[in-house]
Amino acid sequence: MRVQVDSNKCQGHNRCYALAPDLFEVDDLGFASAIGSGLVPPGMEDRARAAIANCPEYAITIED
Amino acid sequence: MTDETTPHHPPVHDWATDFDHTDRAWVADPFPIWDELRATCPVAHSDRYGGTWLPTRHEDIAAVAYDTEHFTSRSVIVSEARPGPNELPAPVGIAPPITSDPPFHAMARRLLLPAFAPKPVGALEPFTRSLCRELLCATDGKDSFDAAIEYAQHIPVRVIAQMLGFPQADADLFRHFIHQIIEAVDVPEAEIRERRESGDLGEYIEARINEHLEHPQDDLTTFLLEAELDGNKLSMDHVMGTMVLLMIAGIDTTWSAIGASIWHLATHPEDRRRLVAEPELLPTAVEEFLRAYAPVTMARMVAQDFEFQGCPMREGDWLLLPFPAANRDPAVFPDADRVVIDRLENRHAAFGLGIHRCLGSNLARMELTVALEEWLAHYPDFEVSDPAAVTWSAGQVRGPRTIPVRIGPVRIG
Repeated sequence: MRVQVDSNKCQGHNRCYALAPDLFEVDDLGFASAIGSGLVPPGMEDRARAAIANCPEYAITIED
Repeated sequence: MTDETTPHHPPVHDWATDFDHTDRAWVADPFPIWDELRATCPVAHSDRYGGTWLPTRHEDIAAVAYDTEHFTSRSVIVSEARPGPNELPAPVGIAPPITSDPPFHAMARRLLLPAFAPKPVGALEPFTRSLCRELLCATDGKDSFDAAIEYAQHIPVRVIAQMLGFPQADADLFRHFIHQIIEAVDVPEAEIRERRESGDLGEYIEARINEHLEHPQDDLTTFLLEAELDGNKLSMDHVMGTMVLLMIAGIDTTWSAIGASIWHLATHPEDRRRLVAEPELLPTAVEEFLRAYAPVTMARMVAQDFEFQGCPMREGDWLLLPFPAANRDPAVFPDADRVVIDRLENRHAAFGLGIHRCLGSNLARMELTVALEEWLAHYPDFEVSDPAAVTWSAGQVRGPRTIPVRIGPVRIG
């Protein structure tokens, strides 16, 4: 499983970083990106899904 | 009686063709109105305020928020004083960046974003926590008091004063300024213009700016005075407009969110008991309170004639953007009218959508979380003592302005 943040859609709501700080990081302006290649370590799938399900801008996608 | 909470407009009889966001029924309980409109007339129109549109579906509200070409942000508070075409300095607007359109908007916003990113906001948490404790301790020994007036309203005003480097003692003064701007929107136009021109807030901010010019501080005011856009210092109008924005946007809004959350817990003992027993639910509860009681309805003006969802929008029309209505849309939120404090999927739009996402959302969340944590630790058992005495603010920021609470026998703090 891999997560990705669409930087054209992210507006810096910071929900993903709050819910899954091991999977997402925010820059100095508050915009989010997936850490590294976005690979979700085993056991963190629920965190990834929570981040996706709480993004108001529908900016996060998941690839299985 | 013509106190400031008395509507100046005739009562509304038909919400689809004559809505008014200052009407008593809307102020007391707007949710059934929005539900009915969503089902029967999803983009309503009213001739009031010189012509205003009202979408109520999440889908349409999002579409407007994303469409900065057909909708301008140059004026975001619907009032009887509709600005004329030459009154608003495009693209900056009177309070950048909330009143700015692209492309200027992005520059003005980037300047402020770092100050409101998660890390600097986290640094304000200890100040906020000790402030909350101080306010709660001041209520010790009382069996009943007003949670909106004695607790919620003081938190954001003092946090923003701290950020701007303004005296903590001036908090009451700020609230007065803000009320003049955002709550008294349905008074006659001449009165609105007279209040604006009376210049109280402008004079106050100018005095603080002069102090900061003489003695620079490590705060947002000095930051704005020293900031540069394209190699030039910001114009004084830009600095003052942004400071007005920070005061207006950061105070009534967060006060409303804290107050509405406390009101919910005071009127829903099952949620209150559960949150006390399972404090780990606070993060989802905070998001759910933000969804269900989102305080802020934004506004736009139509930038050019065009048709939106079959409606003939005309340049200069107002459009109310009720994010709280989007948050109650059953097409996006199952059980939209039920407060579910452990709701796992919650894409609420309390902080708006698109490029104008609330700049202070991290700050507001921190304040709301700390305010509830400290309240519940101090007063795990409380209820509204007089439900009829609870009043809600009128206009585009909705929250309880009086919440008489009675403290129960279980006390911890």
